[in-house]
Amino acid sequence: MQRRVFLKSGALALVTIGLSPRFLRRAALLAETRAASRGKTLICLFQRGAADALNVLVPFGDAHYHELRPTIGIAAPSREGGERAIDLDGFFGLHPSLSALAPLYQRGMLAPIAAVGSPSSTRSHFDAQDFMETAAPDMKSVRDGWLNRLLTVSSADANARLATAAGHGTGALRGIALAMQHPRVFDGAAPTVALRSLEELRVRAGGADAARLEQLYQAMDADLVHGDGSDAAEATRVLRAVDPDRYVPANGAQYPNSDFGRRLRQIAQLVKAGVGMEIAFADVGGWDTHVNQGAATGQLANRLDDFGSAIAALVADLGERMADVVILTMSEFGRMARENGNRGTDHGHAGAMFVIGGAVRGGKVHGRWPGLAPEQLHEGRDLALTTDFRAVFAEVATRHMGAARSEALFPGYAMDQRDWLGLV
Amino acid sequence: MLLALAGCAHAARTAVTPTVDAIAERELSRDEQARHVLDRLAFGARPGDLDRVREMGIDRWIEGQLRPERIADPNGEKAADAFPVLREDPAALLRDVAALRDGAGPDTAARRALRMRYNEVGRAVQSARLARATTSERQLQEVLVDLWANHFSVFAGKGPVRLYLARYEDDAIRPHVLGRFRDLLGAVAHSPAMLFYLDNWQSAADSLHPTLARRRGARRAGPRAPRGLNENYARELMELHTLGVDGGYTQHDVIEVARALTGWSIASPREGGGFVFRPALHDAGEKIVLGVRIPAGGGESDGEKVLDILARHPATARMVATTLARRFVSDDPPPALIDRAAAVYRRTGGDLREVVRTIVTSPEFFSRASYRAKVKSPLELVASALRATGIAADTTPRAARAVAQLGQPTYGHQTPEGWPEHSSEWLSAGAVADRVNVLAPLAKRGPLDDSTRAMLESSDFQRR
Repeated sequence: MQRRVFLKSGALALVTIGLSPRFLRRAALLAETRAASRGKTLICLFQRGAADALNVLVPFGDAHYHELRPTIGIAAPSREGGERAIDLDGFFGLHPSLSALAPLYQRGMLAPIAAVGSPSSTRSHFDAQDFMETAAPDMKSVRDGWLNRLLTVSSADANARLATAAGHGTGALRGIALAMQHPRVFDGAAPTVALRSLEELRVRAGGADAARLEQLYQAMDADLVHGDGSDAAEATRVLRAVDPDRYVPANGAQYPNSDFGRRLRQIAQLVKAGVGMEIAFADVGGWDTHVNQGAATGQLANRLDDFGSAIAALVADLGERMADVVILTMSEFGRMARENGNRGTDHGHAGAMFVIGGAVRGGKVHGRWPGLAPEQLHEGRDLALTTDFRAVFAEVATRHMGAARSEALFPGYAMDQRDWLGLV
Repeated sequence: MLLALAGCAHAARTAVTPTVDAIAERELSRDEQARHVLDRLAFGARPGDLDRVREMGIDRWIEGQLRPERIADPNGEKAADAFPVLREDPAALLRDVAALRDGAGPDTAARRALRMRYNEVGRAVQSARLARATTSERQLQEVLVDLWANHFSVFAGKGPVRLYLARYEDDAIRPHVLGRFRDLLGAVAHSPAMLFYLDNWQSAADSLHPTLARRRGARRAGPRAPRGLNENYARELMELHTLGVDGGYTQHDVIEVARALTGWSIASPREGGGFVFRPALHDAGEKIVLGVRIPAGGGESDGEKVLDILARHPATARMVATTLARRFVSDDPPPALIDRAAAVYRRTGGDLREVVRTIVTSPEFFSRASYRAKVKSPLELVASALRATGIAADTTPRAARAVAQLGQPTYGHQTPEGWPEHSSEWLSAGAVADRVNVLAPLAKRGPLDDSTRAMLESSDFQRR
């Protein structure tokens, strides 16, 4: 199926844009490998800046919640609706600005996870983001990203076949990031591609410059373009053929007119274009709400509105394909349980994640709730952690992506199925 | 080895250039050295620069660049003067904004004019930086402005920060880049740009702590200022600006530093919009920062003591040494060089000129491994292209837009760590593609001879 899609929608275009036979052969092989691994896609979305989990997945049923947050707390749901939490299970609710995601929960496609995150107690954004992207908390010697390792582990077998078939390397299009910078989560041995948007790859000054672009990739060392220079050049040539201007989302999906909305729109287009993408990554900033974060409306509400409506549009756009897609959202840590002196929140500990997909066991809030009473808080101030994010990553990697249960995937972590939450 | 160490200590005291032997042992030829210093201590060579540096002598040229105040710089000043909007009093624009908000009526024309001026300020700050990088004779100073403004990164898109940027760069950063680190740190800590960006201006003593407010109806901090501690600046001050994330501080230190800095705030636009200490917000209790006791009742001086402690700390010496070596030598600089540069920092009380001198005259700097080892950042790429063409500085927004288009708009990094220096962290496949698109139109601006064009389009030009 995937191969047919690829050949039909991809190969012709690939030939016309002048790819080398070597690349084409490998692309076709990859499509085949992909079919063998059931054609699954994982879309990871990173909220950089530490989203305030207690106002995203609101524990309105916890007696201490409103006491800790007198001005920024989200009101418990009521029949009148309006500026209140959207009830999920009588204890947790979604922030009202996430209303676009509520139907996904009702349909059983959305599984929120409470009190999940990194066991590291760092409150540094940058360390915590690295730890989440390497999936190796407090292990700074681990430099490669877990999504890159997932690409390596999930196709050790396929890699061997490709290596014999086509020299060296694999297709850089298996992992595509739409982000401001090459994300650490993609660092590692498997080639990947990072760009801010598909438009970035356009060569504006005509044919001669396309040739220069190729030279440029050749000239950049492998470590600089995160893989073989000629692979990167050819990969971007494939991506240039995916024209975002001509894309019409399916099922009337309405993406918000924002950077994040545009990124998810292009991810949907890439899923459908059959370029061989197995893992997509996008990030979105603006979550570091130390001051005036707002409650049901305001700063955080605006970020959540963009976040929720973009994801809802992506799900609608992918339609039936969501059966083979899992969307995983994450943020480096949560924020202090008690609001600070500026109607904002300082850096905290445990956070919340969303897992979304056709095969996801949603319609239920996962994870054990540690409580918000003073003695239940981490270091007396933050939401405590009950689920290590690696338990979530491991379950999605193996159950959804079909990765071998390899030690190499999460260094220094004993993968134990008993820790899994039953998400997929 | 012994000789080298002795030479090093000597250099730190009396600031002489390296010994004849040290110069003779450099791995790069003289031509390569000339090119190397122009690509590392400057934003690339202009036509004729290579000959000039060779003629003058590599080490004399470096020594001259380490003393920017002695270099006449009419071109750099002209570049800065091309943006009169940056000379305006930021408080005036803030007052206009406030007046309009306080009900000057829905005067759409006034509103539009204000917004245009506001946008113009943002563009001008970016253009001025690039214009000075391109034309200033004080090239090393401008390279260091780029480095330290990014180390102490602030985001133009947060609140009124952009209105403070010209003063931030001209008053807090540029005068101190070859001075003492403590002075640079202090100037940044007092700047409205940083005070606003990292929220310290409204951080206040928690209600459990005494303040310096007088009993009788203490004056409020400002309109609607809620009370309570904000840890944002205190944390980044240690994590990003001084000690580094593994520099040995704890969450408790973050809180203590935040308490010490309460009251360091910004005056209202009517009061001029500059730094102000607000006793009513200040936590008057005792603090213990990194094991050092700051007695109760210190007021404004608490913050100064914190900056003293941090600037003196060996972890800060290391952080500064690493930051400079990564910029000048290589993405992963040799540990031995960092050790020596950090030792110079400690010995000289954080004299940045001496730390920079140690690094840029070191054998590691003039090593084969370091030569052409760095990939030009977007600003470096655009500035070096403009310099190579030898045409006048581009004061239109176009050139600065090219920097932004390459992914690193000046003062455009939202979070406080700034643009990464290590190329593996930013040079993605997409970023490489854009480097072609950007150079092509720039190269078309003036009449280019074939060899200049070939140089701009060469892969080698991507590196420095």
